[in-house]
Amino acid sequence: MSLLAPEIAQAALSRALARGGDWAELYAEERTGFAVSLDDRRVERPQTAREVGASIRVVSGEATYFGHVDGLAEPDLLALADSVSQAMRQEARNAAMPSAVHPRPAYEVAERPEDVPAERKVALLRACDETARGAGAEVTQVSATYAEGRRVVAIFNSGGFAAGDDRTRVRLGVQVVARRDDRVETGHETRGGHAGFERVSERPEELAESAARKALAALDAVDAPSGRMPVVVGNGFGGVLLHEAVGHGLEADAVQKKASVYAGRVGDKLAEEFVTAYDDGRLPGEWGSDAVDDEGTPTQKTTIIEGGKLTSYLYDSVRAHKGKALSTGNGRRESFRHLPLPRMTNTYFAPGDATPEDLIAGTDSGLYAVSFGGGQVEPATGDFVFGVSEGYLIEGGKVTAPVRGATLIGNGPDALAAIDAVADDFEMKTGICGKGGQSVPVGTGQGHVRIAEMTVGGTEV
Amino acid sequence: MIELAESAVGAATAVGASDAEAYATEASEREVRVHGGEVESLTAATRRGLGVRAWIGHRVGYAFGTDLAREGVEEIAARAAEAARAADEDEFAGPPSPSGEPAPSMELGDPSIATWAPAQVAELALAVERAALASDPRVTGVEQAVYAGSSDRVAIASSAGIAGEFEASSCYAYTQALAEGEGGSVETGLGFDLARGPAALDPDAVGREAAARATAMIGAGKPDSRSCRVVLDPTVAASFVGLIGGVLGADAVQRGRSPFAERIGADVAGEALVLHDDGLDPEGPASSPFDGEGVVRGRTALIEGGALRTYLFDTYTARRGGVSSTGSAGRAGYRGLPHVSTSNLVVGTGALGFEELLAEAGEGVFVTDVAGLHSGVNPVTGVFSVGASGRAIRGGELAEPVREFTIASDLVSMLGAVLAAGSEARWVPFGGSVSTPPLLIGEMTVAGA
Repeated sequence: MSLLAPEIAQAALSRALARGGDWAELYAEERTGFAVSLDDRRVERPQTAREVGASIRVVSGEATYFGHVDGLAEPDLLALADSVSQAMRQEARNAAMPSAVHPRPAYEVAERPEDVPAERKVALLRACDETARGAGAEVTQVSATYAEGRRVVAIFNSGGFAAGDDRTRVRLGVQVVARRDDRVETGHETRGGHAGFERVSERPEELAESAARKALAALDAVDAPSGRMPVVVGNGFGGVLLHEAVGHGLEADAVQKKASVYAGRVGDKLAEEFVTAYDDGRLPGEWGSDAVDDEGTPTQKTTIIEGGKLTSYLYDSVRAHKGKALSTGNGRRESFRHLPLPRMTNTYFAPGDATPEDLIAGTDSGLYAVSFGGGQVEPATGDFVFGVSEGYLIEGGKVTAPVRGATLIGNGPDALAAIDAVADDFEMKTGICGKGGQSVPVGTGQGHVRIAEMTVGGTEV
Repeated sequence: MIELAESAVGAATAVGASDAEAYATEASEREVRVHGGEVESLTAATRRGLGVRAWIGHRVGYAFGTDLAREGVEEIAARAAEAARAADEDEFAGPPSPSGEPAPSMELGDPSIATWAPAQVAELALAVERAALASDPRVTGVEQAVYAGSSDRVAIASSAGIAGEFEASSCYAYTQALAEGEGGSVETGLGFDLARGPAALDPDAVGREAAARATAMIGAGKPDSRSCRVVLDPTVAASFVGLIGGVLGADAVQRGRSPFAERIGADVAGEALVLHDDGLDPEGPASSPFDGEGVVRGRTALIEGGALRTYLFDTYTARRGGVSSTGSAGRAGYRGLPHVSTSNLVVGTGALGFEELLAEAGEGVFVTDVAGLHSGVNPVTGVFSVGASGRAIRGGELAEPVREFTIASDLVSMLGAVLAAGSEARWVPFGGSVSTPPLLIGEMTVAGA
């Protein structure tokens, strides 16, 4: 399929440059989706979406002029181009004729979600509900959500460049509430990918079991300790630590405004020799992967830390131009209604040589943070915080009591320097990252990682 | 707009929906981001969309889209009816009935939202940046200064007789200032202002606030770990009040996911805390004549005299609970189904000025910023531990800056521990839309060094 004829794109881009500008870009998108939930044993909130629209931006020196419109009708696109060009007062330029774009999926979609009847999607939710309720009498509430989305995009710029992508994502999430007397705890698990229905249809019960296990374990949890101590971070979603403590500070917009603790530090040794990390937007079928970014640049595997040294920032085209670098394929946007920003894709620590058992056994007293509810960072200072959704005490080299209410708090470069072991049990997980009011799917991953010392904020002093 | 909504309702009932409701919006938006005295980006956009809720008996489904031509509307309506077939029967599902009471007429717009030229709003954002830089030599820059404004038109119609339309505008300006201390450590500080139009924003105050917050943090260390009194700045108090408002929604309560379940009439807060949800407050950024499903808004007393008075209800939860809707159906535009949410949360002011509040605290921490609220708070249990920064309080006065620590408690205990509310409230866009003074909390766990 072709979203938009190149002739229309060229006409709109020429109009956008009618009052000057270095270059212009038209981003056209069709977004469709379906979601349904189960809560309190009832299937509810089935909903479908179809949104079509386009945005145009004109870049003139350091300034970007931007606008978006619903629909792809030629008169609307031309009116949008006129409106975006209003702020400029320079000589007109012409846009080159771009080639035609026929967006195609880059990864295998074995079973197209939109072809799967709603009953099968609902059946996944019921299977999760049944499994979670069967995990223990203390499970009192289960909710599950299935969501699928498809984004077909076509990107044209005034230099005659054109690219497209056909992206399908699916995700299944389960939340379990367990209760014992006055004590109420929750457990959560998700699975998803840039893939078809097959990604979630196989063994959905595993998600429910895992979410129920977390909620039930938390019923026995003691208040989290407070203070500085060694922390062993779990594999998979534990990679959110890298995402927050390092990744956001490597996004070139923050770096160029000197609003990142990592500004001017490429080449510096920031971590031990055995620490290597990547941002990889090409991992087949991963949640944060796309064939091209939202500026049409092919995604790539970028080494961000190699042998403990900081090796690269993450660029979109505007920041790459400013920084005299090449785009690393990290120009991403939530939708046609948003400007691209430098954003991570799938960010992970390369697996190390240790085993998770080594990391625990080598810790006399500390915290085992298995999974996080999420995190947040202020890139300018490097200060970050993570809520631990599943955590345990480590006592005498052994995992003991579950803890609740723990938060990890620290500073990016300090935490990176304090990593003293990385394990080999690599795993990727799905996340949603928010920045500048835009949410994009990101992958986070790692094997178990130990941080020699970190501040744990708990409810126990 | 209302005709469009009505035609969508007709289209849904024509394809088999027993009842239908349509929500149509049209918005124009403008945003300017500036940095280093230059415009970094200027956005001007329009947005329109339609969301249709269709009932087939007691099953309900939803669909939304952006194609508002006749065929597009029919397609959205048909998809909504189709979606309804995937849902389970729910005896309480059904469209809201009109109350017969007319929605109040409200003035929610400011002409300057549209009449100010792009150059004028860009100048406003630049003025914010200049004010931040000029107010203290230790301010080295801003991450960016932003102005954003939008003007919205909303219409709702249903087969049960709901029909309403209104217009509203809103805008804000903010900046994040960067201040450098000795040794090159960088601190950040946020300044912001909200209004219905740019003419009512105060760019100097935004810049000065950001600069003051950033420079106040220079040289910050970690506080000692302990249990102590805490004063929450209005921006921080608002975030917590927003969380409390969220778990007072009847859906969280009815589904066993609220720490305040079965607490109506019980003492849940110190006498000092009075909390209302007011969808009609003329100053409230979230005010509107009716809620996300066309039910007339009102003022609801949530906590008074220390006791929990009511939860917030939309039509569905009200039917399930055998009560009336409090006009609390929120909606994330046409892209979202209505669900119970707060409108404007208003915390009552007390007698103590800020200095008196600090004096009352004696020894403790003044928290000016929190981080990690979306991951550090368990909304089901109310237990939280979040990152914080601010100033130590010693001898009843502000002392050295402190950062990289956590404050922990749970929402129920925190509410019970509110000792006093300050005398000056401020509208804050965090935690929804909240007007609150600073709050003095009797005890919280501070974890630092």
